[in-house]
This record gives sequence, structure tokens and C-alpha cells, in this order.
Amino acid sequence: MPSSENVSWLAEITLQDRSSVGGKGGSLGELTRAGIAVPPGFVVRTGGFERFLATLEMEEPIRPAVESLGDGELEDITALSERVRARFENAALPPDLQLEISGAQAELCGERVSWPLAVRSSATIEDAEDASFAGLQDTFLWVLGAQATLKSVRSCWASLYSVPSIAYRRKHRMREDGVAMAVVVQQMVDARTAGVLFTRSPVTGDRSVITIEAAWGLGSAVVSGEVTPDRFVIAKITGEISIRDISDKRVQHLPAADGGVDEVETPEEKRRMPSVSDDELAALRGLGRKIERIYGRPQDIEWAIDRNGKIFLLQSRPETVWSAKDAMPIAKPAQNPFTHVMNIFGGRR
Amino acid sequence: MVKPKRFPLPSSLEVIAGTEPTQAAYPYYMQFTKEDDERFWFYNSMHFPAPMCLFDTITAEAAYCALGAANTRVYCLPTTLGIDYRIVNGRIYIGGNAVTDRAEIARRTEEFKRRAFYYYENWERLFTQWKEKMMVLIGEAQKLSKVEIPEFEPLEHVHAGRGVASNHYLLDTYQKTLEGYYRMWQYHFEFLLLGYGAYLTFFDFCKKAFPEISDQTVARMVAGMQAEIFRPDDELRRLAKRAVELGVDDKIGDGCSPNDVIQSLEQLGDPGKAWLEELAVSRDPWFNINVGDGFYHYHRSWNDDLSMPFAALPGYIANIKAGRRIERPIEKLMAERKQLIEDYRELLNTDDERAAYDQMIGLAHRVFPYVEGHKFYCEHWYTNLFFNKIREFGALLSRHGFFPDTEDVFHLTHFEVEAAIIDLMTSWSNGSPPRGPSRWPALVKERKAAIAEWTKHDTAPALGPVPEVIDDPAIVMLWGITRENLDAWLTAGDQRDSNEIKGFAASSGVAEGVARVVKSVDEIGRLRQGDILVCQVTNPTWAPIFQKIAAAVSDIGGSMSHAAIVAREFGLPAVVGTGRATQRIKDGQRIRVDGGRGIVTILE
Repeated sequence: MPSSENVSWLAEITLQDRSSVGGKGGSLGELTRAGIAVPPGFVVRTGGFERFLATLEMEEPIRPAVESLGDGELEDITALSERVRARFENAALPPDLQLEISGAQAELCGERVSWPLAVRSSATIEDAEDASFAGLQDTFLWVLGAQATLKSVRSCWASLYSVPSIAYRRKHRMREDGVAMAVVVQQMVDARTAGVLFTRSPVTGDRSVITIEAAWGLGSAVVSGEVTPDRFVIAKITGEISIRDISDKRVQHLPAADGGVDEVETPEEKRRMPSVSDDELAALRGLGRKIERIYGRPQDIEWAIDRNGKIFLLQSRPETVWSAKDAMPIAKPAQNPFTHVMNIFGGRR
Repeated sequence: MVKPKRFPLPSSLEVIAGTEPTQAAYPYYMQFTKEDDERFWFYNSMHFPAPMCLFDTITAEAAYCALGAANTRVYCLPTTLGIDYRIVNGRIYIGGNAVTDRAEIARRTEEFKRRAFYYYENWERLFTQWKEKMMVLIGEAQKLSKVEIPEFEPLEHVHAGRGVASNHYLLDTYQKTLEGYYRMWQYHFEFLLLGYGAYLTFFDFCKKAFPEISDQTVARMVAGMQAEIFRPDDELRRLAKRAVELGVDDKIGDGCSPNDVIQSLEQLGDPGKAWLEELAVSRDPWFNINVGDGFYHYHRSWNDDLSMPFAALPGYIANIKAGRRIERPIEKLMAERKQLIEDYRELLNTDDERAAYDQMIGLAHRVFPYVEGHKFYCEHWYTNLFFNKIREFGALLSRHGFFPDTEDVFHLTHFEVEAAIIDLMTSWSNGSPPRGPSRWPALVKERKAAIAEWTKHDTAPALGPVPEVIDDPAIVMLWGITRENLDAWLTAGDQRDSNEIKGFAASSGVAEGVARVVKSVDEIGRLRQGDILVCQVTNPTWAPIFQKIAAAVSDIGGSMSHAAIVAREFGLPAVVGTGRATQRIKDGQRIRVDGGRGIVTILE
């Protein structure tokens, strides 16, 4: 099925589409097209959100109500948030939009109608590269079936009007016109192991190392900090593993029988076992390098390894903390190249 | 707060009971004095891991005279003069001489630039000239007269009107032997500090740009592959190949004795003779490599003791017969080096940084052939000639009853050897018996006992007040001594019980196996396939046995030591510069070597 009015398949999306698919959707599309193993999926573009919002606003304006909050007392924000979210979650969807999303979902799941899906928010803000304001928007894992998928898409839209999200926009005096929400719907990876990968050292900012954190089960346990992950530091170029901290991984996130995620205890014999093999570390290093090359800057990556040992890329964002400090040059070329030796011979005091 | 710790003062070090006369026999200028308590000293275990015989202290003397001259007077290093050296209980302590006065540093900086930059600019020409000078020096040492003294002056000398008798030439040859040795060390330091400095400049940059880069990665970017120091091992590979081609390889088996092999090949007819001719070609000069670093007379060369090269041949032969390529893959290694440099370059932030990186790696590559190559000429080839010449004097003096054994000559200082020679000259000239035979045997015995006693005792890693900063580039460069190291030394005593030993991460990988603590070359025959070599010094001579072992651990050495380079070529884990691995690890223990982290773990 080709992309339609409000739905685009990841393989057809590039970074240039960010204004309609959000930062996350654009990035996943770009990486899919570059041949990276991204779980297949589609994006409900911001057009879908706008369409539904327009329907809702015919009854009662939403964007003007948010802007009229001014600096916004918390009570007012909370009251508005509750009202708006309830409408997003309960009001009737325009039938053609519902059909479009369910059609794409059926296509994605194929024969196995209840293939588990991940439904992720991918917000856009006019003139901003990334509007993820990390952690402010919802992600739904292990979503089973058409109804649950539609419900999760609505919840993602609604999360744009969560209290912290509205408060953030009011604080930064953003115009509501440009704020919209795309939703990424992907096949869920049944992760044996998952985690995060930084293409530089979070400790020293060193761009020549890759730091990998990994734990058993779904990556949500690592991202949320509910498990102390195994930690590896690998030289980006040579592959030398300089740090190998195997932690006690007491819990793991596993899919719940009726959808969603359960936190369960890790079997005793696996708690102190490395959750990734050296070969997998090498493959992850390759993945990190490839993605960094595509973007031309250090990345903060989420990944998972399925039960067959296949590695998937779940998300990649530009690293921001150290990038801001890169401006300080370490050395400049000298007119006489020999003068560099004065760094050694001239004394270090 | 950690409780303050300090190193003992030199004056508090006791000469071990019973060894006082031997201690007193070291030259007066090497003895500690009360004033030395004011200064910081450290034990140079890198170059002098064992107590020094009296004669062998000439290696320290000649080296520091030359190093100091280069620093202080020739290149005028801005922040440092030369290095002082002292000896106690046979252990050599050294201390830097920092320049701290700002005006003086500025004055020396101007001088330094005029001198050092000229060398960098004209490096290739001066280095070519250096090799020529070095070959002349070696030629002169080879041409020195044989050390012998006839009963009567040969008739032809008389008829030729030489007018100078043989006793004169004994002293002349001895003095020329010393002169050549001192000169060799001057040559040695002509390029060394400048070379290391350029290398360290690049190293320093890499550590700033990539704080977590390993030392060995920087080393791999700089190391060349074709320096003379690799040739001895290359020759062995060649000889192994020729043995297979000539069909004589079955005579060279595991555990063979070199003499038996040579004898059986002599009887084997043409193929045997052909291989022995190849052996002769390799031996001159490439077997002039000794099993140490040139500071001890008993670190003999391959030429003097063929057991090391012959221990390595069977492994190479087995590899050839199994169809494996044994030549070092130079082109591949060089291509890897190039790729490594490009990959790290790409990670830099700005074009400015990349341009500076290019300048620094360019200079490091320019100077490194000297840093890698000089040792073959200086510490190995020339040093072997030198000690063997001294042995000739030892043999002569021994024949005249000065002491029982040729090697006993090394228990005299070089001044005492000269005195003994003059004693013999006198005796030969006036027909009276020499005085030495009634003096030296007892002293030699006493001194041997002192060395044996000192060997049993550890010595403090450092003495005197800890300096606030170590700002002496020579000390940082050559010994890797930093403030952090000293703090680690001060707390080292607390960690005796730990089963972990830390060193430099020289070559990454993890291996477990049986430790073979090999204290001298005679013991290398004990190494079995898959053993872990634990030795004092890592040194290129040991390279050939790397084909046999699973990992290497050494007391002494840095990430740029040749063994580290060879370990990386063989893809073996290696941890070097552990300080005391040969003392902490017992022969036969199971150990784990983590060459990426520089940690050796005793497993039992």
C-alpha cells in the first residue's frame, strides 16, 4: 500500500519530511532508506492530527484556549489539559481517517493480525529541528489489535496536551499554530536484549569511543532507569573494549499477555550474565558508526536485539550535551610545525 | 583525608650488613650524600632492574653523561638540565634537575628553538649522517687490537722500528674501548630526546582530543614496521624458510641444542652447508642483539648464545610446513596504520584541528625511525662489541691469575680494570710478578656475595620529598613518571594482598593460561605452546617466541616498547611495566591477562 493522505510508510520518508512526520518519524524514515534495520512501520502524519483537531475545534476551540492561558497557573493548565485530553481520547474519529489508519495497521500486521506494535509520539514545532522535549510525550509498547492501536494513536495526540507539555509551551511562549503531533506505528521487536548507545563518551565527551548500555528484555527498563544496565566502552575505530561492567540486572521488562509491558524478576542465572555478546557489541559499534556518518554528528541511539539475534534500531537523536562544548579547539595548525613540540619541551606548569 | 605518606630519605637507606665494602667500591660520585636528602630520587627499575656489578655501572655513567650533555648543553631544553644518578645496594636511583627560573627558561627556550628546530628541519640528512658515524664507530671497535701480550715483542715489530712495546697497546686498547663506548652514548642521545618529544607531542594531542584513547592505539598510529630492530626476528623467519627449502628442517627440532644442530648439518653435505652459510649471513650483523637492553654484561647476544634464536626456529618451521605465511605482513600493517590515522582524523571537530593533527603526526613519523632503529646499533651491536672486548681483558687478567674466571672482570670498576691492566703492564715490563693476584680474588668473591645478597632485597621505588609537579620532559618521556604514578607507588604497599597486578595496556585481548616466569634466556626452553610469558624486560630479542605463547607480561616497558609492538602484530594480549610481575606471580600459576585494561589477575 503506498502512502496516502495522512499516512506515510517509513521507507518513503526522509528528514525533509520532518514538518509533517516529526523528528522521530523523519529520522526513522531516513535510516530505513539508508538500509538500517528499523522495524517496519508507518507514520500518521500531522495532517491526521490537524484533521481531528479541526473536527474537535468545530465544537469548541482548543489552540486559542491554550494560548489564552498566558503564563498559565498550574490549576488552569491542569483543568484545560484534562478536558482536551478527554476529547482526543473519546470523540468520534472522522470515519475516513479511522479507515486509513486501520488499513495501514492491517497492512503492517499482515496475516498475523495481532502482531504487537509500538505506537510513539513524534511531535513537530514550526522552525524547530526536534520537538521531542524528551519524556513529555507518550509511547505505547506491545499494543495488540486494531482497536488498541487506534486508542494508542489518540493517546499520543492527546499527550501533546499533557500538563508538562502545555506548561513547557507556555513557558517558552510558543504559538500553538505550529505545534502538531505525528504518530509512529511500528512492528514491536520482541527483544531478548535492548538498550542505548552513545556515539561518544557521556563522561568525557570523547568522540572516539562508543558507550553501550544493555539489559535483558525490552529497552524501556534501561531508558526508565529501572534496571542498572551492563555498560561497555568500545573504541570506535579499533573495536577495543576498554570497559566491561556487567551489572546485577534484577528486573526486566517483558510483554504482558494482554498487551503492554510487565516488570518481572530476572531468573537468577541470567542476572549477572552479560546481556550482549562480543559479536553483538561489534555489530552495535558498526551500527553506531553508520548512523553517525549518516547524520554527520554524534548520536544517542536506542536499539534492541530480537530473539533470533537480529539487531534493530529503534531511535536515533543527535547528542546535545557535549556537542555544545565542542567549540573549544584543541590545537591550531602552526606556521612552523615544529613549534608544536614546545607543548612538551616548554614545560607544563 | 588519606594519611600523608612519604618516601624514605636517602640517608635513611641502610647498606645491607656485610656488603659495605662493595658499596664503598662504587665510584665516589655515585654515592649518596647528606645533601641528597633535599631532593627527589626514584629507582630506575626500567633500565636497571637488578643490582649492578661494579663494572656495569659504566652503562649508567656513560648514558647519563651523554643524556645530560644533550639536555643541558647541546639542545638546551628549557625546563630541565641533566639527570643525576646514585647507587645504593647495587640499585641505581636517578633525579632530575629542573630549571624553574622564568628568565632562565626564556633564555634556554630561545637557544632550544635554534638548535632543536634545526634538527627537525634537517632530520633525514642528519640521521643519514648519524648512521654513517655509527658504522664508523662500530668499524673502529671491530678493528681494535686483540688483547694479548706476547713473551717477547714480535721480531717484525722490532725490525719495523715500531719503537712501542705491546704493554703500551694493552692500555691503549682499553682506553680506546672506553672512549668508543662513551662516544656511542653521545650518538645515542643525539636524536633521542628530540625524537621522543615529537612523538609525545602527538601523543599529548591525541589524549586531549580523545581522552579515552588507549596508549597502544596512539602507538600503533606512529610505529613503523621496518626499523633495524625487527631484522633479527625477520632473519629467523628467513632461516626457517631456507631450512624447509633445503630440506634440512628435520634437524632443527623443538628443544634442539644449537651445537648439535650445527654439527649434524656440517655432516649433512651440501644442503647442510648451504644453510650454515645462510646462518653466517644472518649472524653478521643481525645476531648482534642481546637479550636485555644493553645495561648488564651478562645479557649476551644471540651470536654469543644461540639458544634463543634456535628455540624460535622450530615454531617458524612448523608454521611453514602447515602452510602458514610467516613473513610479517608489512604492507597490510602499514595500510592498517594509514587507515587508523585517517579514521581518527575524521573524528576531529574542525579543519584547524585536522591541520594541526597532520603537522604533529607528520613530525612523529619523521622522527620515529630513529627512535625505533637506534637501539640495534647502540644498545645491542655496539654494546656487545664493548662487553666482549672487556671480556678479552678479563680472559687475559684471568690467565695471569688476577681472578679465576674471565667474567670476574665485571666485578671491578672500570677504574680498577685500568689499574689491573697497568699492574700487568708493569709486571710484564719489569719481570716481577703482578700484584693483582693477591688482591682481586678475595674482593671478587666478596662482591659476588654482595650482589647475591642485594638481589634478595627489594628497594624503595622512590626517595626524598615528593615534588608538587613533575615538569621534566625527559623524566616524563623516558620513564613515564608522573605525579599520579608517585601517588600510586605510595599506596602500592597497601595492595600487596590483591590478586591483581596493574601495568600498561600494551596489546588488547584477554587470555588465560599457565604463567612461565622466565628470569633469563636460559629458561626460554621451558615455554610450551599456550603458556603466558612473564619476564622482567620486554625486548625485541624475545619476539621470536611470541609465536608460541598466549600472552606476555613484563616488569618493565611502556606501550611503545618493541615487545608491545610485536605483541600487537601477533595479536597477543600483553601487559607491560607491571613493576613486580616476576616477583608476584609464581611459575605454574594460572593467570589471566587483560591487555586492553592493563590488568593481570592471579587466578589461584
